[in-house]
Amino acid sequence: MSAAAPWNIRLAGELIAAEIDAARAFYGDDGEGATALLPILHALQRTFGHLPADALPLIAERLNLSRADVRGVLSFYHDFHDAMPGGCVLKLCRAEACQALGSERVAEHLEVAHGLRPGTGTRELTLQNVYCLGNCALGPAALVDNELHAGFDEQAADALLARLRGAPA
Amino acid sequence: MRIFISRDAAALSVGAEKTAQAIAEQAQALGLERTIVRNGTRGMLWLEPLVEVETPSGRVAYGPVTPDDVASLFASGFLDGAAHPLCHGFTEQMPWMARQQRLSFARVGLIDPLSFDDYVGHGGFAGLTRARTLTRAALLQEIIDSGLRGRGGAGFPTGIKWRTVALAEGPRKYIVCNADEGDSGTFADRMLIEGDPFALLEGMLIAGLAVGASRGVIYIRSEYPQAIATLHHVIATARHRGVLSDAFDIDVRVGGGAYICGEETSLLESIEGRRGQVRAKPPLPAHHGLFGRPTVVNNVLSLAAVPWILANGGKAYADFGIGRSRGSMPVQLAGNIRRGGLFECAFGITLRELIFDLGGGTCSGRPVRAVQVGGPLGAYFPESLLDTPLDYEALAAAGGLLGHAGIVVFDDSVDMAKQARFAFEFCAIESCGKCTPCRIGSTRGAETLDKVARGIEPERNLELVKDLCTVMTDASLCALGGLTPLPVLSAITHFREDFGPRRAL
Ligand SMILES: Cc1cc2nc3c(=O)[nH]c(=O)nc-3n(C[C@H](O)[C@H](O)[C@H](O)COP(=O)(O)O)c2cc1C
Ligand code: SF4
Ligand code: FES
Repeated sequence: MSAAAPWNIRLAGELIAAEIDAARAFYGDDGEGATALLPILHALQRTFGHLPADALPLIAERLNLSRADVRGVLSFYHDFHDAMPGGCVLKLCRAEACQALGSERVAEHLEVAHGLRPGTGTRELTLQNVYCLGNCALGPAALVDNELHAGFDEQAADALLARLRGAPA
Repeated sequence: MRIFISRDAAALSVGAEKTAQAIAEQAQALGLERTIVRNGTRGMLWLEPLVEVETPSGRVAYGPVTPDDVASLFASGFLDGAAHPLCHGFTEQMPWMARQQRLSFARVGLIDPLSFDDYVGHGGFAGLTRARTLTRAALLQEIIDSGLRGRGGAGFPTGIKWRTVALAEGPRKYIVCNADEGDSGTFADRMLIEGDPFALLEGMLIAGLAVGASRGVIYIRSEYPQAIATLHHVIATARHRGVLSDAFDIDVRVGGGAYICGEETSLLESIEGRRGQVRAKPPLPAHHGLFGRPTVVNNVLSLAAVPWILANGGKAYADFGIGRSRGSMPVQLAGNIRRGGLFECAFGITLRELIFDLGGGTCSGRPVRAVQVGGPLGAYFPESLLDTPLDYEALAAAGGLLGHAGIVVFDDSVDMAKQARFAFEFCAIESCGKCTPCRIGSTRGAETLDKVARGIEPERNLELVKDLCTVMTDASLCALGGLTPLPVLSAITHFREDFGPRRAL
């Protein structure tokens, strides 16, 4: 589903260098430390769909950090993942305003009717929890492959799965 | 005459793109081409996709418009503002719009957010222009006189914060805009950025002048791709037009999906490329902030209020509001509510007016049972407390907080024991891990509430939960651990009947 490029160490190196240069250009001396790290993680994940193990030593070397430092940062943020998610990524909002509109029932339905639990996936779909997407007046809110949806109820979930299963693999 | 269809993320989530396309195609087929402006949202989210048509006497609103409605709209002559079942008359005269005092959101929904000229044509940069004529002391005094308090949650007086940074010594200072907006039930920062982004840039430029900073950073959550793209676009435009330059420039930093990074010191750690762990205060960011430099950290709404204050004077801003809550607040009505969206008004309006008169009660049609004000760290109010006015002190006196002014409505199907448990669970998921009461206490709290739900010594276990809350309140470094007890205890206090062996549903 995602248009991720295959891992390519040269391209990765270029992306890292670009972020380091941008940080230095904007922050001057202040930008010499690790401040480019989050932009680098985002750029690599955007390009390669995930952060493969090979990316760590490369980032560490360029930023003059230990691998443990990089891993520590990467693991702190919910956004970054080291494995390629399977199929379509569904992020269901589980925060209060969407709870008030039945998001917990949707989560239960995904588990009971489709065997999908947060953090797991099938070939077609990876399910993740998120906490607020800023669409709290039109919930339950969900991101389907990064596209924001409103009123994501049980029927919407069924329709999405039917579409994914009907689609050519 | 132009047509306006929002490109706000909420509008897009209900199909505004398809509606815009259908209208463009139909207009072309009929030889009635019109310019379609993709504006911010008017904040009437239940009417999105809202289509507004410019007429000589004002804009006329139609909504919610799906592609299926387009043919009949053209047939009835909506391009001239004609009647139609989806027509709501002149936008400005709709009760939702007419009852607001839109200061910060005056241009949102009105202008093309990406157009520099549209911004200038609607009073943009009037505040900055005036700020440039003032001494630094006079500029700070305007902000102090306005009574503006931080809209990010803590409500600290903005003018005092700025003065502290202005007085701090240092060759370099920073203005950091907090656009992490993690609270459930809030979307005002996003709407402002998507609907009037130059206003935020102008607010930051004025802050830079006031404290002597040459760099600004907008830290925005990754969940807001539309707003991020908007910021990149307008920053490039502002550089091109010379408004941003080496004298004051702005960088955009995208978060990593961590709620705690909305806490200001965690946010600074994150910009510096580290785990978003909270720093102990003191030192305050005002003295020792980003890269150790004196730093202003302000919420989007605090900064977006500044251009109006400078253009109209601090006293004019302070003329709105009540008590020590001066000016206006962009309120967000969310959750189970018939008419949800953004409503900006002076402080003093009651929760009841907001939820019933404007919001129209629940969208399920069932009675309102609980209302959470101020995000996941805010209290749950029962129906009996809804006459509390929107005011920092009144909400605190009622046992809650204003926070970022998100109001989340629940109907009578809510199980408040579950909501209390969720507050602990959320704290456990988002804890930065630095202090034990927050990291461990939250998990223990959820487990203990599970015992209550299973009927295991409910009285004793509820006492345990209360003790745990006392420890969290007293011994947490920041408000995530320190305020999680608020939703938990308010749920127990006001909805005690829900805490016991779980009712079979
Ligand atoms: C857990 C936690 C989360 C927070 N999240 C935000 C946020 O998303 N946006 C925000 O502006 N302030 C947030 N704050 C408040 C900030 O720490 C800080 O007070 C605020 O950005 C200061 O700006 P203001 O004075 O303009 O409100 C949060 C605080 C805590 C403890
Ligand atoms: S209260 Fe929680 S989030 Fe705040 S500093 Fe302590 S552990 Fe971190
Ligand atoms: S709570 Fe779900 S989008 Fe905000």
